[in-house]
Amino acid sequence: MTIRSSMFNEVPLLHIEGEMTIYTAALLQQQLQLYIGQYSELELNLSQVSDIDSAGLQLLMAAKRQVTNQGAVLRLTGHSPAVLEVFDLCNMAAFFGDPLIIPDVSHG
Amino acid sequence: MSLNLDQALQTFIAEAYELLEEMETCLLQLENNPADLNAIGAIFRAAHTIKGSAGLFGLEPVVSFTHVVEDVLDRLRAGDIAISRTLIALLLECGDHIHYLVDVVAVRSQQPDAAATEREAGLRQRLQLYRQTSVSEAVSASPGVSAVRQEKDSSFDLWHISVRFGTEVLRNGMDPLAFLRYLNSIGQIVRITTLADSLPELSQMDAESCYLGFEIDYQSDASKAAIADAFEFVRDDCQLHILPPHSKTEHYIELIKNLPEQATLLGELLVASGALTQKELEDGLQQQVDAELKPATPLGEILIEQRSVEPELVQAALEKQNQIQEHKSKESRFVRVQADKLDELISLVGELVIAGAGANLLAKASQDETLYEATSTVTVLVEQIRDGALRLRMVPIGDTFNRFQRVVRDVSHELEKQIELQISGADTELDKTVVEKISDPLMHLLRNAMDHGIESPAARQAAGKSATGVLKLNAYHDSGSIVIEIADDGAGLNTERILQKARERGLVAATAQPSEQEIYNLIFEPGFSTASAITSLSGRGVGMDVVKRNITALRGSVDLSSAPGQGTKVRIRLPLTLAIIDGFLVGVGDASYVVPLDMVQECIELAGDSKVAAEPRHYINLRGEVLPLVFLHQHFNTGGGQRRRQNVVVVKNADQKAGLVVDELQGEFQTVIKPLGKLFSNLRSISGSTILGNGNVALILDVPSLIQQLAQQQVQPRLASQTPALRN
Repeated sequence: MTIRSSMFNEVPLLHIEGEMTIYTAALLQQQLQLYIGQYSELELNLSQVSDIDSAGLQLLMAAKRQVTNQGAVLRLTGHSPAVLEVFDLCNMAAFFGDPLIIPDVSHG
Repeated sequence: MSLNLDQALQTFIAEAYELLEEMETCLLQLENNPADLNAIGAIFRAAHTIKGSAGLFGLEPVVSFTHVVEDVLDRLRAGDIAISRTLIALLLECGDHIHYLVDVVAVRSQQPDAAATEREAGLRQRLQLYRQTSVSEAVSASPGVSAVRQEKDSSFDLWHISVRFGTEVLRNGMDPLAFLRYLNSIGQIVRITTLADSLPELSQMDAESCYLGFEIDYQSDASKAAIADAFEFVRDDCQLHILPPHSKTEHYIELIKNLPEQATLLGELLVASGALTQKELEDGLQQQVDAELKPATPLGEILIEQRSVEPELVQAALEKQNQIQEHKSKESRFVRVQADKLDELISLVGELVIAGAGANLLAKASQDETLYEATSTVTVLVEQIRDGALRLRMVPIGDTFNRFQRVVRDVSHELEKQIELQISGADTELDKTVVEKISDPLMHLLRNAMDHGIESPAARQAAGKSATGVLKLNAYHDSGSIVIEIADDGAGLNTERILQKARERGLVAATAQPSEQEIYNLIFEPGFSTASAITSLSGRGVGMDVVKRNITALRGSVDLSSAPGQGTKVRIRLPLTLAIIDGFLVGVGDASYVVPLDMVQECIELAGDSKVAAEPRHYINLRGEVLPLVFLHQHFNTGGGQRRRQNVVVVKNADQKAGLVVDELQGEFQTVIKPLGKLFSNLRSISGSTILGNGNVALILDVPSLIQQLAQQQVQPRLASQTPALRN
């Protein structure tokens, strides 16, 4: 997994590439913590996430919760099919509240 | 994740094959004894476990098909449908298909091909028959039950599953999401709420611990046990509550109480999902409070009271316990070891044996008593290690034998003959590699016996025999080798026809009169078949020669005896192991040779008169017996002068004796067999080589082939003029 970060209108944008799984969870947690608490807005682009498991999911949940508690905003964008599948499986779309773009081919 | 999964997948594949084998054995048992409830249970569990594990690996084709099979088995177990021959036949086919699916999907990670899909559709259709009849039967048989169900407190018809995963789940290589996916494969998750109440703050959490839990409303016609089994792999590591459809309100309330989250939160979830109404929830929570004020009822009673509503709960729990116990006891008795690790160990032991022999030789030469004693002790220990290591590779031949039950059943149906397979000596052990390689030749011999040996029921009755033919498979140990016998009580071999055929094919000259044994051996010649009609099984004349070749490649031999009208018996003799033998070292001129010790009968001195007499005649008088001799010196054209005193090593193989004339007897020697290169594959009389302690190479004598050559040399003068075409 690699994380590319850039600033867009003074909002940090993190591109997560590769797998968000138990194997990369510790690293991801570290990286997220660097940004959370520092900015009032944070965007995670998930379009290059090849694989996500429970560890990845709960990290996102924890991040979302903490950001919200601090009155900040965490936006997830560009959900890759792997992410969509997991969100759908666990019914998490409402929790994160980001608009999802559902690909044409697989519905449900 | 992939690495972990790969290993687990290998385990799954091996396990699935074992289970399928077990399933097959039980089905065949069931055919003989339809009332065998244990067998039904075992078959169900096998299908069930395969489905469960396949689900974890996302092997969708395996899961979906096995699910249907399991369903039928479940009904069979519950007594809803009766066992019948057609059903057993169908289930056997299903087992084959599952085997195929595991093969394709798990081993080769491909999708089933068109033919398989078609076959599966056919099987599903036939299985459906059993599912449907049972449903209509169940409904018509028990109208009262459905009426009762409607009277229950709630009309909620979904399962409710509450699961909280333990923190170690992820670290143990499980992904909770995989369980959800699996649930979706045997039913449908209608509603799901992901709970993360135990999830700490981002900075506080351990990224590799699991904090998730799920409340699931689930639609499925699977049994409670099947749903519970979805979580089998995390059973010890999660809190799992499953409420069947139509559970009483109290049970939902009880559930709410048992879960770590706040009652109101869960209550709301259940109200939201329709399992409870708001009123029921409030009443229920109030009742619980009241109940707590009363004297406590023993926990067990509460459980029984509750479980009595859904009897499958108790059954599932009991079964689960049994299964876990079974599993545990199995686990503690066996360790799964990869075959190559074992091979590595054996080859190391081989080197150890060589090195030990070297040390021993040096110690002997140094004439240091204590050193010699020490190396002797080491040698004894090495011998024990060697035996132990080789025993690790030994497996009983029974598994291979039992596999043939199915073959015999199928083939006898196909040929419309009645054949019974009797197995004895299934505990006889032999090397794993040998077992693997002997399976095909055995199969061929069996098919041959069924096709050509055993007659049709009518013919048998006409001959005054019982209509059911008997096929016997037997195995036993005999002087360092294993003997496998395949005997039928059929018509026996027709020597005239074999001879006639052999003459037609030019295998034997028209005027030759070979002995009975020689005639029997003709059927092992390439391109020989006596079947007048070619059937799908045999009769194409390929096979028996291949059988012989395979067995010879294992350093084994095969022979055949037959009595007209009584039957035929094929006897295969194989070495117990291919790696190490106890050898007897002999010196001929400058060279050393090893004779397998099992075959050595005795050693005698060849001197004086008997030597003078023996040389031109090539035989001696051994206590009144004629003992043919092989002068290894001449046979191998060894260099070095001939000694004045010579010895005869008397060897025996399969009732034939011969004497090997050697210069020197050097004693016992543990021999690690090194195969000869391809270049020497045509070499006869030598079966391998080994390295001596002093670094010299010694050749291992192939005694059976030496004896055979000897026998031919003696027959040759008699047959030579008549049968120039008789092949070796």
